[in-house]
Amino acid sequence: MNFWGYKRADGRAGIRNHVLILPTCACGSETARIVASQVRGAVNIIFNTGCSDVQANTDLSQKILTGFACNPNVFCVVIIGLGCETVPHAKLREKIQSMTSKPVVSFGIQEEGGTLKTISKAVRAARDLAAEAALQQKELCDISELLLGIECGGSDATSGIASNPAVGELSDKLIDLGASTLMSESIEWIGGEHVLAKRAATPELHNKIIKICADYEAHLKAAGQDCRAGQPTPGNKFGGLSTIDEKSLGCIRKGGTRPIVEVLNQAERPTKRGAIVMDTAGYDISSVTSMVAAGCNAIIFTTGRGTPTGNAIVPVLKVTANAQTYSWMEDNIDADLSGIIAGELTIAAAGDLLLEKIHDVCNGRLTKAEAYGFSDIAVDHVCRFV
Amino acid sequence: MANAILLDKKDNVATCTAAATAGETIKILGGGEIVCVEDIPIWHKVALKKISAGDKIFKYGEIIGEASADIAAGGWVSHENIFSVPRDYESEMI
Repeated sequence: MNFWGYKRADGRAGIRNHVLILPTCACGSETARIVASQVRGAVNIIFNTGCSDVQANTDLSQKILTGFACNPNVFCVVIIGLGCETVPHAKLREKIQSMTSKPVVSFGIQEEGGTLKTISKAVRAARDLAAEAALQQKELCDISELLLGIECGGSDATSGIASNPAVGELSDKLIDLGASTLMSESIEWIGGEHVLAKRAATPELHNKIIKICADYEAHLKAAGQDCRAGQPTPGNKFGGLSTIDEKSLGCIRKGGTRPIVEVLNQAERPTKRGAIVMDTAGYDISSVTSMVAAGCNAIIFTTGRGTPTGNAIVPVLKVTANAQTYSWMEDNIDADLSGIIAGELTIAAAGDLLLEKIHDVCNGRLTKAEAYGFSDIAVDHVCRFV
Repeated sequence: MANAILLDKKDNVATCTAAATAGETIKILGGGEIVCVEDIPIWHKVALKKISAGDKIFKYGEIIGEASADIAAGGWVSHENIFSVPRDYESEMI
């Protein structure tokens, strides 16, 4: 299977060709937003961190920023910094340039003499880069260049019974075609970690999956939080999910059945192809943020209760098997899988349907969240701001 | 008549795919019928047999929690009467 994508110098393929306006920190975010609003083809993110952080938080926010820049859906990067943040624009630019050959330019608000002067320079740079991006022709890419992020959010009992198994089927089909899938949200492995770990290709990966769950639970305990009290969320409970175990056993079904070939740290880029899992929060926006930083070029997202979420860099295709949610929130959800619950659609047929939908998205079809220009982001953190 | 889905033969709960009212017979996709003894909202679980406090609750053929109170056959199983049991991660290592 092939799709029409944008080949990158590092061998990967993008399914979009964005000019990314990237703030180094919260203080650059508004300027970045205004620059992106002035240039067709540009997208921006709002970054709530990047300053006054402990080293572990800085390390993660840098992984997210550089990962976003290197994402294959990004043609080029325009960095907007302030000047006194932990990692200033020139340093971030050099770091990104050491990782990718794509065009990267950067500006500092204090250096330029305020936001208006920065905006005028950055808009001109982004305009010229957008003109160049528009010239890049799509080429036929093998489906093996697809790294599909698999996410669920606003789950209810239909997620584990129907939409997650359908996405699991999609994942198996994609892996058999040579593509890769990435499932995250490790807190939502807890209670089902023994089932997930059985898919590990090696005993080391098996134990790594168990250890991630043990460490996550211990981490929350150290902060005074029982993970069984915060999960499931009130919405999950209302939707019929009573314990973290029940939620997790449904969640992990979206990863399918193929052997897990790699277990990644948060926002880390895979080195293998096939079924991959990543240690991230169960907070869906944060999990998607880390998967985009890892290089996913598309995301499939199951929901029971409904969500509008989207990402600026990577299209998010949302599906539900809850008929009421689909009819109520059709403007935010891309595919209706409620036929599974009604007994009119098999899981295998739903997998075929999703393969077609994802293939269309790879070929350029906009998801609903993408058409609305949604740009959700949440950077995980391990400690209070300094 | 309401409907529910049984996901595994080991399970002692089924998931209602329509709201059920007390006294209504629920047809279980995957085997049998049960009369529910209280109102159960859509997507929530119905007990397929009598569950005593301390009994394990099975869904997907796996343990999803433990009962904190007795639940009658046909009763509503929710976060109000079951709870999650901490994992023994050490024993899961290979």
